Amino acid sequence: MLRELGEKNVQMPLTRKIWDMNWGFVLLICATASIGFLMLYSAANGHLEPWASRQMMRFGAGLILMFVVALTDIRIWLNLAYPLYAVAIVLLGAVEVMGVIGMGARRWVDLGPFQLQPSEIMKIALILALARYFHNIGLEDVRKIRWLIAPILMVLAPAALVLRQPDLGTALMLMAGAGIVFFVAGVRLWKFALVIGTAIPAGFFAFQFLHDYQKNRVLTFLNPESDPLGAGYHILQSKIALGSGGVFGKGLLLGTQSHLNYLPEMRTDFIFSMLAEEFGMVGGLLLFSLYILLIAYGYAIAYRSRNHFGKLLAIGMTGIFFLYIFINVAMVMGMVPVVGVPLPLISYGGTAMLTLLIGFGLIMSVYIHRDLDIPGKR
Amino acid sequence: MAGDQHKEKGRIFTRRSLMMAGGQAVLMSALAGRLYYLQVIHSDEYTMMADENRMNLQLLTPLRGRIVDRFGAEIASNRQNYRVVLIPEQTKSVEETLDALAQYVDAQEIDRERIFKDTKRKRGFVPIPVVDNLSWEQFARINVNSPSLPGIQMDVGSTRTYPYGDLFAHIVGYVGAVSERDLQTLEFDPLLELPEFRIGKSGIEKYYDRTLRGKAGLSRVEANAYGRTIRELNRQEGIPGNDAVLTIDKELQQFSAKRLDGESAAAVVIDIHSGDILAMASVPSFDPNAFANGISSKQWKALVEDEKHPLGNKAIGGQYPPGSTFKMIVALAALEAGVITPDHQVFCAGYTQLGNHRFHCWKRGGHGTLDLVGGITHSCDIYFYDIARKAGVDRIAAMANRFGLGEKLNIDILGERGGLIPTKDWKLAVQGVPWQLGETYNVGIGQGYVLATPLQLAVMTARLANGGKAVRPRLVRSVTGTPLEGAVAPLNTVAAETEEIGINPKNLKVVLKGMYEVVNGKRGTARSAKITVEGWEMAGKTGTAQVRRISRKERIDGVLKSDEKPWEERDHALFVGFAPFDDPRYAVAVIVEHGGSGSHTAAPIARDLLQETLRLDPLRRPSYDIAKHGAPGARDA
Repeated sequence: MLRELGEKNVQMPLTRKIWDMNWGFVLLICATASIGFLMLYSAANGHLEPWASRQMMRFGAGLILMFVVALTDIRIWLNLAYPLYAVAIVLLGAVEVMGVIGMGARRWVDLGPFQLQPSEIMKIALILALARYFHNIGLEDVRKIRWLIAPILMVLAPAALVLRQPDLGTALMLMAGAGIVFFVAGVRLWKFALVIGTAIPAGFFAFQFLHDYQKNRVLTFLNPESDPLGAGYHILQSKIALGSGGVFGKGLLLGTQSHLNYLPEMRTDFIFSMLAEEFGMVGGLLLFSLYILLIAYGYAIAYRSRNHFGKLLAIGMTGIFFLYIFINVAMVMGMVPVVGVPLPLISYGGTAMLTLLIGFGLIMSVYIHRDLDIPGKR
Repeated sequence: MAGDQHKEKGRIFTRRSLMMAGGQAVLMSALAGRLYYLQVIHSDEYTMMADENRMNLQLLTPLRGRIVDRFGAEIASNRQNYRVVLIPEQTKSVEETLDALAQYVDAQEIDRERIFKDTKRKRGFVPIPVVDNLSWEQFARINVNSPSLPGIQMDVGSTRTYPYGDLFAHIVGYVGAVSERDLQTLEFDPLLELPEFRIGKSGIEKYYDRTLRGKAGLSRVEANAYGRTIRELNRQEGIPGNDAVLTIDKELQQFSAKRLDGESAAAVVIDIHSGDILAMASVPSFDPNAFANGISSKQWKALVEDEKHPLGNKAIGGQYPPGSTFKMIVALAALEAGVITPDHQVFCAGYTQLGNHRFHCWKRGGHGTLDLVGGITHSCDIYFYDIARKAGVDRIAAMANRFGLGEKLNIDILGERGGLIPTKDWKLAVQGVPWQLGETYNVGIGQGYVLATPLQLAVMTARLANGGKAVRPRLVRSVTGTPLEGAVAPLNTVAAETEEIGINPKNLKVVLKGMYEVVNGKRGTARSAKITVEGWEMAGKTGTAQVRRISRKERIDGVLKSDEKPWEERDHALFVGFAPFDDPRYAVAVIVEHGGSGSHTAAPIARDLLQETLRLDPLRRPSYDIAKHGAPGARDA
């Protein structure tokens, strides 16, 4: 019967949609975000002000937006995919022209009452656009190189614009997120091997021929947040915070590294170190479990979707979510170089939270409209 | 076809997404593994590093022990230094706060330029000194008005202070900042590394530094990444330094310095039985407070270039020919050797001939015939040329050594010198030529190579007056409290049985008789300086030491009177004495550089010093009770 509904493109009633919403997923999101509130409460030495309360308000607003996104018909998202992408590209271009200086790089565009970070919008728009593209073409076409030219350009254009800001972290994130969509869409594995296999040596090779000052320029470009020495200090302090937390941690509000300000950026990028200092490995693994459950939900939803667009969208969004987690945690544990990537749902900050909740909204929309069968254009 | 493709698309998606999930699972496991590696395997290391980060050790400076005189008067103490410091981050504006502060203190004293410089250089919570050495009234007024002075904090420091100024400078010395050399040479003590710490630089302050210094306390504090102290974790109090009790009587010291004022001179008053030094003056002196607070280069230059050498302690570091004050030693050497008897007579014609060299007596016309007592009374040079020749220089030197001359007495301050008592071997070793008999003549009258310090002459006199016991001088009677590690115990704390020098009492008696006649005899050289109080009679010996040789031409033309010569060419005036003659207790040695003659300049000073000593009689008054006042920590700051 549902299949029938899908074929006839029938509108689902709103009550039915709400009933059908994945409430366990919502609960997990709220639980994870609550850990973030607790850490921000600790960061303010046991006060809700100024960070925890603001973060809660942002989360509340984001949650509402998430529901709106979730309840919106997935076919509307399919139709909006390209226009949204186009808007995001224009905004990225606008940053280039009239962006204001922020955080040492141009990433923001001033829209009167609030500032917009177009690269965040692009993360969602790119996944949407790629999902639509691969939804529409057949498997045969996916395996033909000429059908891959358009989506590759769709990735490279925003990546290049973001790189110019310069924001290597986001550029890599865009390319990795796109890569995930390419991968699950069924692009031949040897093509990935070819791209990775030539890009990395080529990069290193080119780097060798640069002058020292140019190398330094590249290194600073790769890592604009801080000089190598400063970054080294930050990572060391972060590792001390983690290591001294031990198995069970020092207890809420009792982290010495964080409360005595040895830990840098403890509300944003290094919030995981603070959590692991105060709650130990137990706390760290608990957060990992919540993340794994959320990711598992993403996968499950992708499998349940009967339409290809939904599958690709859910996997793409889940992939972006995973990349955030991995890059941030690996960075604070000193496994990868310092890049400014926040810890999803935990780090203080509105833009990333909003992007994430919109992404979750899209995943939920995929779930709600899982049984819709949307035929490709070709 | 389309349906197959659709199914195939789904299959590929499932396969690929499973691969993706697998990859993500591997990466998640890597994160968990890393977490285990940091939080379990290396947890101890990182815990230590976290503690190193946050814990800060701060030394607590102990209060330096006081130095008091034998009756408990404070000679060196710690003054509370009321200071105002500014904590920039607590002010609305540094400028405004300083303007407000200017109402309470002299605006001139606020060095705004330096304060602003410090404010920029240091972090906002670091206190910056604004003014110090405030009076109690100023301090209290600022304290009361502190609500209108944001960022101003009151602070009480401790500054070493010497209430008697230059009076004790040579004895007590002064404290100063730790130098690079001190750090290398002194035994390790973390206190030495504190920038504001002061250690003894000379005198008692230096000799007993470890005793006075005390032991540092330790405060462990938690500090944040910017170095601000958050709270104290634990505290281990230090041990305040021990007090040192001097042998000096402050009043006698004051009298001595005043009596010598205007000269370049030194005087030592000593207890002949215990060796306690009751007064030790060296004039001119300097103000040790200037050193404790940092001395200007101009002041320093003035001190160094002064021809009267205020910085040197002449009482222990000044070496002078003892002149006729040495004649007791020569007499005893001859008597003990048996080469003369007290009845030995010599005729003085005013000079005596040795080879082609003529040796003169100080009295041109000569003294006629004299026995030993007469020789001492008149200080006849011809008599002592004769008995010195009979005794020989080596016997004289041995006797001098037994009376504490010719080597350091190891008193408990630095800067002591040993003087010089020549022997035949000494001359051969140092000058490479044999001893000449004429040189023995010179030694006989305490001239030539012979050199002694005022302290040595005082000790010599004490040993003569106490019946030949080898007393040693000391400046510190006792130290309060339990001795600290590395502390220096006072010399001769327990008055051990004093060693006998081993002089025939009969011989000694003859020499003392001569000394009595010097002062109290009708023809004594110091007859104008006798003590007239009955029972306090003084005995002694004058000395006038030539600074340079009198040439033959001058003798023919007539020797100039002392006050006709330029100051630096005048003779040194000396006197040694003791009193009361019948029951001696105190000995004194006085030297006035270029003072002219012993009888006119030095003897009256010595007389006044001994008379004042007997009036104050410090030995008969109860001294500072250590048991009562000296319990550690029981004394006030």
